[in-house]
Amino acid sequence: MRFIQEYRDGELVRRIAGRANELLERLGRRVKIMEVCGTHTMAVARHGLKSLFKENLDLISGPGCPVCVTPNSGFAMVFQAAEAGKTVATFGDMMRVPLNGRSLLTLKGEGLDIRVVYSPYDAIKMAVEEPGREFVMAGIGFETTSPLFASIILRCREKGVRNLSLISLFKLMPPVLNALLEAEDLKIDGLILPGHVSTIIGVKPYAELVEKHRVPAVVTGFEPVDIVESIRMILKQLAENRSMVENEYARTVRHGGNVKAIRLMQEVFKPVDSEWRGLGVIPGSGLALREEFRFFDAVEKHGLKPVEAADPQGCLCGEVVRGSRKPVECRLYRKVCRPDNPVGPCMVSSEGTCAAYYYAGL
Amino acid sequence: MAGRIALEHGAGGRLMHELIGTIAGRLNSPSRGVDKAVLHTRTGRIAFTTDSFVMKPPVVNGCDIGMLSVNGTVNDLVTMGAKPEYLSLSLIIEESLESDFLMSIVESIGKAAKNAGVKIVTGDVKVVEKGGCDKIFINTSGVGRVYRGVNVSTTRAKPGDAVILTGSIGDHGAAVLAARGEFQLEADVQSDCAPLTSIVEALVRRKAPLHTLIDPTRGGLATSLNEVAESSRVSVEIREEDIPVRDEVQGFCEVLGIEPLYLGCEGRLVIFVPQAYAEKAVRVLRRLKVSKDACVIGRVVGRSRMGEVWLRTRAGGLRSLPMLHGIPLPRIC
Amino acid sequence: MCLGIPGRVEEVKGEEAVVSFGGTRRSVRLDLVENVSVGDYVIVHAGFAIQVLDQEAALEMLEALREVFKE
Repeated sequence: MRFIQEYRDGELVRRIAGRANELLERLGRRVKIMEVCGTHTMAVARHGLKSLFKENLDLISGPGCPVCVTPNSGFAMVFQAAEAGKTVATFGDMMRVPLNGRSLLTLKGEGLDIRVVYSPYDAIKMAVEEPGREFVMAGIGFETTSPLFASIILRCREKGVRNLSLISLFKLMPPVLNALLEAEDLKIDGLILPGHVSTIIGVKPYAELVEKHRVPAVVTGFEPVDIVESIRMILKQLAENRSMVENEYARTVRHGGNVKAIRLMQEVFKPVDSEWRGLGVIPGSGLALREEFRFFDAVEKHGLKPVEAADPQGCLCGEVVRGSRKPVECRLYRKVCRPDNPVGPCMVSSEGTCAAYYYAGL
Repeated sequence: MAGRIALEHGAGGRLMHELIGTIAGRLNSPSRGVDKAVLHTRTGRIAFTTDSFVMKPPVVNGCDIGMLSVNGTVNDLVTMGAKPEYLSLSLIIEESLESDFLMSIVESIGKAAKNAGVKIVTGDVKVVEKGGCDKIFINTSGVGRVYRGVNVSTTRAKPGDAVILTGSIGDHGAAVLAARGEFQLEADVQSDCAPLTSIVEALVRRKAPLHTLIDPTRGGLATSLNEVAESSRVSVEIREEDIPVRDEVQGFCEVLGIEPLYLGCEGRLVIFVPQAYAEKAVRVLRRLKVSKDACVIGRVVGRSRMGEVWLRTRAGGLRSLPMLHGIPLPRIC
Repeated sequence: MCLGIPGRVEEVKGEEAVVSFGGTRRSVRLDLVENVSVGDYVIVHAGFAIQVLDQEAALEMLEALREVFKE
C-alpha cells in the first residue's frame, strides 16, 4: 500500500533508531517521551518499536484514547439513551466498555437497538431511511473526529433531519497537553504530538505550549519510520538544548491545519470545561453544541443525566491514562483484567494503553 | 461457572478454549477438550473428529457453509496425520429457508466431498422454527486412518524446529468480514477454503519427520501458534516479513484496523519439522497447487513453561503475539 | 482515535469520492476537503477525507531520510 509500506522499511527504521540510540547514549540520563494518541500507542505496540531503543528511553502513553478518557458519567448517558428505546449509533470502540458490569454489547444482546457505525455519515443515512426511529450518536473523539460530526449536524439542519441528535463528549488536545506538562510528578522530556489531530488543528496551537514549558514536541505520523524519526528529532533537540515544535508529518499536516474543518468545528461547537478520567476537570478542554444547535443536543432532547459511577476496585485506568503509572503496575492487569475480561476502558478500547501493552507483551 | 455465555466464548480465542476445557473436565473426557480423538484398534489408529459450522453469512466469495463443513472436518483429520475417508452430515435448517438455496448448499457439499476424496455415509436433517437457528447450521463428523509411522500432536513441537506455513493468511476471515458488509467496503478478497489432504500425503510419502500439524482457523495464525507453544511448552519466534499476506487482504485489514494474524484461514497448514528437513519440505510443498506459496516463517527457539509466541516485526522490533481474546472488532477511530 | 489511512481517489462524485486502499474500496465524504482529483491520495478517518496528501513532500522526506542515514 502506497504511503504506508515505504514507512515500514526495516532497514531505514534500523538506521534512524541507531542514530537515536547514539543520542540517548550521549544524553546519558533517563529520557521520558510521551505520546498522546491511541493510534501511536497501538503503532508502537504493533511494530514492537520499544525494543529498538536503549534502556534509558522511557516511552510512555498519555491520555490518547478518547474512550479511556471519557468519564463514566459520559458513558452513563449513552446507556440511558439506549435503555430509553433510542437507537444508539456508536463507533466500535465503545461497544465493550464496561459500566456497572454491563456494556453496550450486553445491552445489544438483550435486544436494545445499538448499531456500530464506521462513519457518522452512516448514522445520518439511517436516520433518513428510518424516520420513525430516534437516533442518538455517541460523540467521542478528539479534534480529528469532531469536525466530522460538525459536518453531519450542519447537514441535518440543511436537510431537515429531525430524528438524529448527539451526545457531545468530544475533547481537545492542547488543553490536556498543558495540564500534563504542568504536572510536577510527570516530568516529561519530550512530546510526540498526535498526527491526525494536528492534521485538523495545524502546528500553530502547540507553539505557545512549547514556549511556556520549554519541552521539545514533534508532530508525528503513524508508521514506524515516522515514530522513530520523531523520537530521534526530540532527542536531538534535547542534546542541543533546544525546545521547539517540529513537523515530522509534513506530508499530511500543514502548518495552518485544515482550515475548512476548523471553521466547521467552530461553527457548530464551543469549548467548555470538561472532565477527564484520571485528570479531573480541565478548563476549555471539551466541546459542546452551540446554542443555535440545541435541537441536536441529545442530552437536552432526551433528558439524559451524567450519573457518576466509580471505577471498579483496583482499576488503575485513571493513572494509566494520565501516564503516571504503567499497566503492569495495576494489580488487575493480566491477572484479572484481560481483553476477554476487561475491567476498565483502557483494556477494552482497541486504542487503550492496557490493551496495546497486552498485545505487545509488555 | 458464573454468568452467561457470550459471543466471545465461541470466537476461537482464549475464552473458547477455557469453556471447552471446563466442559471436557465435567465430562471426564479423555480428549482433554480437543475436538479430535485417536482411537486405537487392532488394525491401526483411527482419527475421529467433529465440528459444527454456523458461518455468517452462509455464502462468501470463494466459499459457502457447505464447502466449509466438508473441508473443515477433512482438514481436522489431516492435522491428526490421517487420510480422511468418511464423513457424517447433520443439517439443522431454519423454517422458510428457500429450497433452492438449500440445494445449492447440498451441491456444494457434494462437490467438496468429491474434491476431497471423502464419502458422506450417514446424515440427519432437522427443521426448526423461524428464529431457531440462522438459516442453516451444519455438523460434520469425520473418520480416517492415521498414516503408519506418523505421530503428530500439538505437544510434539521441539526447540530447533522450523515453522512452515503453506500460504497466505487471513483470506477466509477477510472474505467473511467483507461479505457481512457492515462497513460498506468493497474488497477483492476471497476465501482460501480447500482440503489439505494432498499436502500431508506428499510429505508422508517422502517419510518426512513431522512433529506438529495445525490449521490456523478461528483466531488465526497467532492463536494456533499459541496453542502449539502452550501444549509443547516452547517459545516460538516468527518473522513478519516472511509471512505471506495478499495485498487485497492487507489493504482490507489496514482500513479496519485489524491484523491478518488474527483472521481465520481455511486452506492453510502450519507444519513443525526439524530444521534440517525444512528446505526439503518447502520444495515438496511448492510443487502442489494448494501450497505453492509455502515458506518457512520462523523457528521454535527454546523451551517455555507457559508457551510463548514472538513476532519479529517488519520494522525490526520484537513483540509478543498473544492468543486472540474476544472478537476482533474492527478499530474505527 | 486518530486512525487515518491514505487511499487513492479513483472517482469523484460531487460530495463523495470512491477511494481505494490497496484494493479495498469505499465511498468517502469530501465535506472537509477541497479540490480533490482522481489520482490524489487522501487521509481518510471514519469515512471522511481529512486532508489531501502532499505526495511531493512525502517523496522528498523519504529521499532525505535515506540519504542522511546512509551507512
